[in-house]
Amino acid sequence: MASGAGALTLATPTPPGARRLPTPLWGGAGGGGALAACLAVILLALVLAPLAAVALRGTGLSLGPADWAAVRFTVTQAALSSLIATVLAIPVARALARRRFFGRGVLVTLMGAPFLLPAVVAVLGLLAVFGRSGLLNRVLEALGLPTISIFGLGGVLVAHVFLNLPLAVRMILQGWLSIPAERVRLAQSLGFGPAETLRHLEWPMLREVLPGVALVILVICLTSFAVVLTLGGGPAATTIELAIYQAVRFDFDLARAAGLAGVQVVICALAALAAWKVVRPAGFGAGLDRQVAFTAPGGWRKLVDGAAITAATLFLILPLLAVALRGVPGLADLPPSVLPAALRSMVVALTSAAVTTVAALLLALAVARRPSALIEGAATLPLATSGLVLGTGLFLIVQPYTPPMTVALPVTILVNTALTLPFLYRILLPQARALQADYGRLSDSLGLQGWARARWLVLPRLAQPLGFGAGIAAALSMGDLGAIALFAGDQQATLPLVIQQLTGAYRLEAAASASLILVTLSFALFWACDAGGRRAAA
Amino acid sequence: MKTTLLAAGLVIIAVPAMAETPVLTVLTYDSFTSEWGPGPAIEKAFEATCACDLQFVPAGDGAALLARIQLEGAASDADVVLGLDTSLTAAAGATGLFAPHGVTATTTLPVDFADPLFLPFDWGWFAFVHDKTKLAEAPTSFDALAASDLKIVIQDPRSSTPGLGLLMWVKAAHGDRAGEIWEALADNIVTVTPGWSEAYGLFLEGEADMVLSYTTSPAYHLIAESDDTKAAALFDEGHYLQVEVAGKLAATDQPALADQFLAFMLSDGFQSVIPQTNWMYPAAMPEAGLPEGFDAFRPAKSLLLSPEEAQAARDAALAEWQAALAR
Repeated sequence: MASGAGALTLATPTPPGARRLPTPLWGGAGGGGALAACLAVILLALVLAPLAAVALRGTGLSLGPADWAAVRFTVTQAALSSLIATVLAIPVARALARRRFFGRGVLVTLMGAPFLLPAVVAVLGLLAVFGRSGLLNRVLEALGLPTISIFGLGGVLVAHVFLNLPLAVRMILQGWLSIPAERVRLAQSLGFGPAETLRHLEWPMLREVLPGVALVILVICLTSFAVVLTLGGGPAATTIELAIYQAVRFDFDLARAAGLAGVQVVICALAALAAWKVVRPAGFGAGLDRQVAFTAPGGWRKLVDGAAITAATLFLILPLLAVALRGVPGLADLPPSVLPAALRSMVVALTSAAVTTVAALLLALAVARRPSALIEGAATLPLATSGLVLGTGLFLIVQPYTPPMTVALPVTILVNTALTLPFLYRILLPQARALQADYGRLSDSLGLQGWARARWLVLPRLAQPLGFGAGIAAALSMGDLGAIALFAGDQQATLPLVIQQLTGAYRLEAAASASLILVTLSFALFWACDAGGRRAAA
Repeated sequence: MKTTLLAAGLVIIAVPAMAETPVLTVLTYDSFTSEWGPGPAIEKAFEATCACDLQFVPAGDGAALLARIQLEGAASDADVVLGLDTSLTAAAGATGLFAPHGVTATTTLPVDFADPLFLPFDWGWFAFVHDKTKLAEAPTSFDALAASDLKIVIQDPRSSTPGLGLLMWVKAAHGDRAGEIWEALADNIVTVTPGWSEAYGLFLEGEADMVLSYTTSPAYHLIAESDDTKAAALFDEGHYLQVEVAGKLAATDQPALADQFLAFMLSDGFQSVIPQTNWMYPAAMPEAGLPEGFDAFRPAKSLLLSPEEAQAARDAALAEWQAALAR
């Protein structure tokens, strides 16, 4: 409510090309800008130095025809996954935005869960529903219909949509909720029907939000490894990440690994550029922060909304339920190493989340204030980075100075921070832009700078996306395995590593239980941050 | 200045403490060092005899081990590398980082095996494992498997040692017919997983009738879970071997201790731990013999390409496999 008074005077959209007041370099957001540029450079170095270290150890770059086939398959499956997840998320987010029903809050929170599942756990959950002896095929058999096979490109798409639909829904829902209540009221008093609401309110919002959503999912799917390989059905489904894995692990061909990682970075940069070209600010202006009350149209639209919510819920909840049911029986006799590993993972996750949140906030605020290709690029690039190349490169850099085992946890935190920052940045950016457009000039003219600006303007207004983003960062850091695998000694195993060791020793029941603990802890961290953010915003 | 003095002081305290017990560092794969793997018991047994500190450093799976040694080069802290298999030893030997072990010992291996650089510590036969209650009549050859409509899960030869082992199995058994066999098998393969654990998990979940594993896998279910429903299908053409080996790094700062460890590796203190932790055949027969179930599925014929043959055959076999399965 602290910002309510200022909002009254600034309730008009910022005209395009409005002149900005000059700000002193070391005052408030100006200083933030310089700091953000430093951060961006550090981030770029963190991503590119390991790549260079790997490339320098190899000799000459050579990519064969099989590598280009992998590039084609990777781009195809990532583009399709991103398109399907984004398109399907729109009706679900819209239904969630304009309907109120029992359990809505819980559902919105649960939406985060699949995204946070380690890939292998998610695949087993999906198989319980879509697999050969899964629920769906049993129903089909009972009805006398032919059964389906999940393996192949279809299965890859199902898994990627399962993992990323929730993220897309949450990001788009955020967009719907950021349409000021005043605009909605105005639309209602002007007698807007669903078609006009779509054209004047919803479409401009989607135009701003969707490219970022599609980009994030595209890039996540570009580097997907275990899902594609397990469900892909064979060597035709070879991704760049698998080719990198093969190059490092089996052929020790670091030049090829670096070449492939470079191709991955270029594809990501092109995608980011394309998304950046189509983003248009919605320009709604500021509101009084009242709860948005969309008219909930009745008739067939109510049925459509109901169907969208029900279908999405079943699709997301059933595999999660399967994961939970698989994990419960073995909980009683878990090996003792699970507990310290879980604690270690929590420490890593919370530290990574804290660092990432601060860094992403600084970057998003700086870009909202002054568009910067450097920062945009630095904040997107880590998404496209192969975890394996990053880990290998850091290993090569660190090894001459200290045994890599001794820095396992700091390196893991560093890598997690780099890899999760792009998510937070994307989540924060739209609202950081709105904040700048709506309140930037007022707070500048009031001389509201530095900590006071953060305390009274930025943190209260961005509390919700900050909480959501910190939750995502913490949960993703819980599940991350990429970096630690090369560094971890006996004493630093994190929970995902212990799970991998258990599955490697026939102990699938214990692994299922440890996975359940991992998922529960990730989800608890996510929930705590997300709910905290929402409470602070209320 | 104070910190420099402090650091100097710490170094003075630390150096004699380190000199008292020599440390032997053994680089191995993850599941070897885990608390349910062979590592802890072996560490205890060896430390009781060596007056040293044995440290296992885990480095992913067997294939990751080789990459790790190549990454570290001669600067490695490791003294011994344990867990490579014979499809990787030719590449490992070619790095020039390993020194001869000098051990001459007869092993339980069903084939002749002598490698100056690498000493076997356990071995197993690859086999397709199935559930007897769901599949009473298992196929008895690759041809029979390909002709059936059974669904199988295999591992990717580009990321997993069992996957590479299967590639060598088909090559060793059928030579020029290997491509034909793979084309015939293509419609039986449900999916190709990155590693052994994913494939075995899919099989236990009921996604496939059979999975590429080892003849000793049913023994795990029998001993650890009192479940005798799992069986390994015996193929007429014979079964390919996985031989797991260890080697001494030439740049070790503890050569005597490394030799002592390699000799210990074939003694009872090491070998008696292997069957029920690594679920492979011990390379030297333990005094207590083999646990129950280890004799249940013994192939009549064993296949193994020499490390040089395996390395020479790999690229062509991989291309053949990819062409047949990419469809």
